[in-house]
Amino acid sequence: MTDHHALTDGKFRWAEFVIEAVIRVLGFSAIGFVMLIFIFLLREGMPTFLEVGPANLFGTRWYPTFDLFGTVPLILGSLLVTVTAIAMALPMGVATAVFVREVAPNWAREILKPMIEVLAGIPSVVLGFFGMTIVAPFVRERLGTPTGLTAFTGALILAYMSLPTIISVAEDALDAVPKSYRDGARAMGATEWQTIWRVVVPAARSGVVTAVMLGLGRAIGETMAVMLVTGNAARMPVTLNSLLRPARTMTATVAAEMGEVAQGSVHYHVLFGIGLILFLLTFIINLTAAVTIFQKRRRGGLR
Amino acid sequence: MAVLFLGGRSTFSYLWYRRLLAAGLCLFVVLTALSGCGAYEHAVLGRGEDREPGPGQTVEAAETIENKGSDTLVNLALAWAERYMELYPDVRISVTGGGSGTGIAALINGTVDIANASRQMKPEEIEAAEANGVSPVEFVVARDAIAVVVHPSNPVDTLTFQQIADIYTGKTTNWQEVGGEDRPIVLLSRESNSGTYVYFLENVVRLGEGDSNVLFSPGTLLMPSSEGITSEVSQNPNAIGYDGLGYVTHEQKVIAVASNADGPFVFPAVETVNDGTYPISRPLYMYTAGDPSGQIATYLTWVRGDGQALVSELGFVPLQ
Repeated sequence: MTDHHALTDGKFRWAEFVIEAVIRVLGFSAIGFVMLIFIFLLREGMPTFLEVGPANLFGTRWYPTFDLFGTVPLILGSLLVTVTAIAMALPMGVATAVFVREVAPNWAREILKPMIEVLAGIPSVVLGFFGMTIVAPFVRERLGTPTGLTAFTGALILAYMSLPTIISVAEDALDAVPKSYRDGARAMGATEWQTIWRVVVPAARSGVVTAVMLGLGRAIGETMAVMLVTGNAARMPVTLNSLLRPARTMTATVAAEMGEVAQGSVHYHVLFGIGLILFLLTFIINLTAAVTIFQKRRRGGLR
Repeated sequence: MAVLFLGGRSTFSYLWYRRLLAAGLCLFVVLTALSGCGAYEHAVLGRGEDREPGPGQTVEAAETIENKGSDTLVNLALAWAERYMELYPDVRISVTGGGSGTGIAALINGTVDIANASRQMKPEEIEAAEANGVSPVEFVVARDAIAVVVHPSNPVDTLTFQQIADIYTGKTTNWQEVGGEDRPIVLLSRESNSGTYVYFLENVVRLGEGDSNVLFSPGTLLMPSSEGITSEVSQNPNAIGYDGLGYVTHEQKVIAVASNADGPFVFPAVETVNDGTYPISRPLYMYTAGDPSGQIATYLTWVRGDGQALVSELGFVPLQ
């Protein structure tokens, strides 16, 4: 392949050869780095499952300083915050995407799209501070919770953070629905609303699912903002009011504790073990997204 | 996986990649800016480096002392380093934070000369150090009072150790039970591997009883920074927190504490720590690898001597 390109006109083009080689090496190194990271994570995290008994590791008490490594409150905390965030972000994100793509006039779309992309660029620590100083007191005063640093506050911030991802991807999916579908629907006498909700959105369904999955992936892996606003109390979120009480997520736990842990200790390995659990969760989410796209492609036609 | 599949699709993937590229570029710019800041700090701290060697000095005489560890101590350590480098321009001291554990780990691995710690080294850390051929030597460099703080509007002025212990273990859940308003109590603490957390748990929550195994209530909010505690205590009338005296601002109300029910109730201050009446104070440490020699020994002597003048400026308590 390289020779074929580099030998056009019968002359060997060094520049092209070098550029191609560099691009190829960079491309493969990306795969290599991912593999190395995974191997590193496995090497550091696997000892957890040998050093800490399953009863302790899947217990309900997280006091790492005293060798109580119950990860269940952390896993449930992450799930509670993430699922709530997506439940809030999904309708808003899809509605915004529909508005931007189907309803908004051209000039509004030209303003909205870059604004949404700027939203994605706000550093999470800034949102975290915003959440801590503005949203948390608001939640405490309006919802009457003992503290504003709750799972719900975290979910609000996360919903806000995953919105740009959901909007961008869902909008691309809507964009890819052939114009003939809309024309066909209107020719059948469908109103604008019917065209959007009965034809365009269902046709883009798998793209919307991808959007949600990517948003979910972003939300579950988010660390800084969550660490600042959820209160980081490793309580079991099993009571009805858990959403309005503090929670501790897996990411915040790793971020907060890794800095002070003695290298090679049990606690250190457990933190990598949590990383491994998190890696598996995001892998499952990405896989689900990939499978959705794959199925749609097999069905043919629709994007 | 997802990315591989996305790759096969034209408009969708093109737009998406373009965005990823843009995001990547933004990240790159931010990272470059951040690393620039880091480099700047280093340059400021390392000002001894660029000086022309004075008469009688050789370039080899410029020695670098690596100092790393406790975030409680980091501001004080920086102040010491800056003042010392003004006095002795041929010495370079580079100070970084990261936490007591980080500093001690670096000492064990032999990458720093002095580790700062707000707690004593654990037996297993000393073992690990000795296995690595390092025998740590401990120096007390200052003292720190831990203040118990509440929202300024909270009518509670005094608490005994027993009351604080009941609050932090979750036995007392309403301010009414300790003489306050009818409000739920929100517990704030530093992160579980902060030296401050361990000290407060062992000496206050466990009432100093070595065989006690009570723990903070699972509902305790573990704040990642002193800033987090300050922010929550200053705006939430339900909150109670504890932190180093140096971090207490006027937006928080300091509680007078007593180690037993009869009192006396004492406010944290330099005087009450030094005369031993304030019951929640702890030493802050520097560790060296083996007995210090040369510049490191001179520096530590200065820190524990003339350097103590800086300690109270930063809200800590000087050695007597």
